[in-house]
Amino acid sequence: MMKDNIDTKVGVDAMETKFNCRDVQVYYADNHAIKDVNVDILDKTVTAFIGPSGCGKSTFLRSLNRMNDTIPICRVEGDILLDGEDINDAKVDPVQLRAKVGMVFQKPNPFPKSIYDNIAYGPRIHGLARNKAELDEIVEKSLRRGAIWDEVKDRLDAPGTGLSGGQQQRLCIARAVATEPEVLLMDEPCSALDPIATAQVEELIDELKANYSVVIVTHSMQQAARVSQKTAFFHLGNLVEYDDTNEIFTNPRDQRTESYITGRIG
Amino acid sequence: MTDATVQGGAPAPRGSIHSIDARTAKRNRAEKRFRTYGKIAIGIGLFFLVVLFASIIRSGAPAFTRTVVDVPFTLTQTQYEEAEGTLFKTKAYSDFFIAALDNQLREQGVEAEFDADTIERLLGKVGSTIREYYRANENQLGEEVSFSLATSSRVDGYLTGRVTRESMTDSRFLMAADLDLVDRLVEGEIITSEFNWPFITGADSGVDNPGGAGIGASVVGSFFMMLVVLFLSLPIGVAASIYLEEFAVQNRFTDLIEVNISNLAAVPSIVFGILGLAVFIQFMHLPQSAPLVGGLVLTLMTLPTIIISTRASLKAVPPSIREAALGIGASKMQTVFHHVLPLAMPGILTGTIIGLAQALGETAPLLLIGMVGFVARGYPDGFLQGFVEPNSAMPAQIYTWAARADVAFYDKAWGGIIILLIFLMIMNIVAVVLRRRFERRW
Repeated sequence: MMKDNIDTKVGVDAMETKFNCRDVQVYYADNHAIKDVNVDILDKTVTAFIGPSGCGKSTFLRSLNRMNDTIPICRVEGDILLDGEDINDAKVDPVQLRAKVGMVFQKPNPFPKSIYDNIAYGPRIHGLARNKAELDEIVEKSLRRGAIWDEVKDRLDAPGTGLSGGQQQRLCIARAVATEPEVLLMDEPCSALDPIATAQVEELIDELKANYSVVIVTHSMQQAARVSQKTAFFHLGNLVEYDDTNEIFTNPRDQRTESYITGRIG
Repeated sequence: MTDATVQGGAPAPRGSIHSIDARTAKRNRAEKRFRTYGKIAIGIGLFFLVVLFASIIRSGAPAFTRTVVDVPFTLTQTQYEEAEGTLFKTKAYSDFFIAALDNQLREQGVEAEFDADTIERLLGKVGSTIREYYRANENQLGEEVSFSLATSSRVDGYLTGRVTRESMTDSRFLMAADLDLVDRLVEGEIITSEFNWPFITGADSGVDNPGGAGIGASVVGSFFMMLVVLFLSLPIGVAASIYLEEFAVQNRFTDLIEVNISNLAAVPSIVFGILGLAVFIQFMHLPQSAPLVGGLVLTLMTLPTIIISTRASLKAVPPSIREAALGIGASKMQTVFHHVLPLAMPGILTGTIIGLAQALGETAPLLLIGMVGFVARGYPDGFLQGFVEPNSAMPAQIYTWAARADVAFYDKAWGGIIILLIFLMIMNIVAVVLRRRFERRW
């Protein structure tokens, strides 16, 4: 009983921590892009990274599934623990990590293949389906989760690149969830979308948090306020403030956070 | 405008948009001038192209027709045995032929005087042709057979106007008096013109016999070389490019490799020829004049082209596709082979076919490894022999013909160029078609 009370009181804080980041530094050659970031990202929670352009929020997001490995000059230091395991450990194969930590990018980037193949690709390479029927099921389930099933169910053979921008982005989200990741990283997923498509994606994010830990980078503070439970404010490579979204937007502790959310810097 | 903003005042009024101001007029004139330059440049290019094609077709067309003498001929069993019994057997056959031709002319109401030497100058060694035929087909004895005998290239030239009575001098190849017989034969409609299939299907002939020269065998030589080039340079080139572009660490060493690949692309082809001579023939003792060696040399030459174009098309694949694949947990290799390579395919294929087309037209390296001269005696005995038996290649054959003294070979060289151009055009069309087909999936 006692425990339940605490849970209700502190809310999300008591939830399981997914990512444990300690003293994370990211360098692009000599440029110190991320400085001493300490943050705990919770499971079954939407965490928003906000901050002005070039503050390092995308860089930090990309270091959570080691996408920065693809940039030769990029170097990550410090500990990033996923369920207590260091993701930068020499034993970790980034491919395995990325199956666990999926990613959705700023620009919708469907493969120039059919809608079906876009979704089926991940499950195929990870061996999630034993036969065609199972694969069909995964595809349908993922497209439903991506809130795009009704729009595309009659044209699964049509190319994914032929969809509208908002549909493409939802297709990309469906593709990301098809591999059953535990964490979903989203790098400004709505920046290329119109308000209607944005609303659809936001609704989708809200549904996703029931099963996943979602980390979203966004330029829109309204979006952060709408979809996230936790918000982290980055400025010039520093994590300035990390707290419940309500706290950040109603009662920011740091002067810089307040300036940013009220529009004085950014 | 800048002044106005600097001073902070309102911008100066721009005037009516119905009248064109001096600045706009100047810009429009500049644009018009540039368009004119462009049209002139394209016009000049087209003009030269038309001149080039016209001259090639005009000079090459004679190679595709040949004149033949059609004589119905019957040889009885007795005549056959009689001829085989004499000492100069071909002479006997030749005499039978002359009798038949004489007969034929008389039937057409044409009077002509000629002897065996004239016939030999006009039609070559008729006797042996006939003898070989009957020795192979004894069952035809007593039946009427029509021999289509190709005339010598000088008679061709006389009929097409290249050789005239004024321009020719009497030689062992043709006497002025022989032309009288030619005129009679034309009158009697015994000489006719037909499409020169032997030019397309035949092999090179001796220097004395331009009329019998064909490009067929060297087409086969080129074909085997292209097979070698395709099956070596495409996999090696594409594998090297993929490794360099997608996997290799960027450091000084890979920079060095990159610079040197570009250098190799600029090395004159004759250098590859001498390298091939030294390495493949003198050191590895591969057969001389073989399409295999020619193909290996051309592979060396084509590789840089393929690598450069493949790397360019891999670079052109948007990085978002790579990120998408990596983001859902594809390995580097899966990313490259499932997503990047299919998208780069049209560019790779185009580059490869352009490289092959270059190799097909390359002559210099072939001169050094002996794929020239009178080596294309005939077709290879089989598929595998095709790689190692001495052969020539189209451009080398053209070079050989062009270098021969007899002007009749000049026609053949031009004709060969037409065949070569047809092959190049087919390859380029294939490149365009493949490009279109693969691009549709983007």
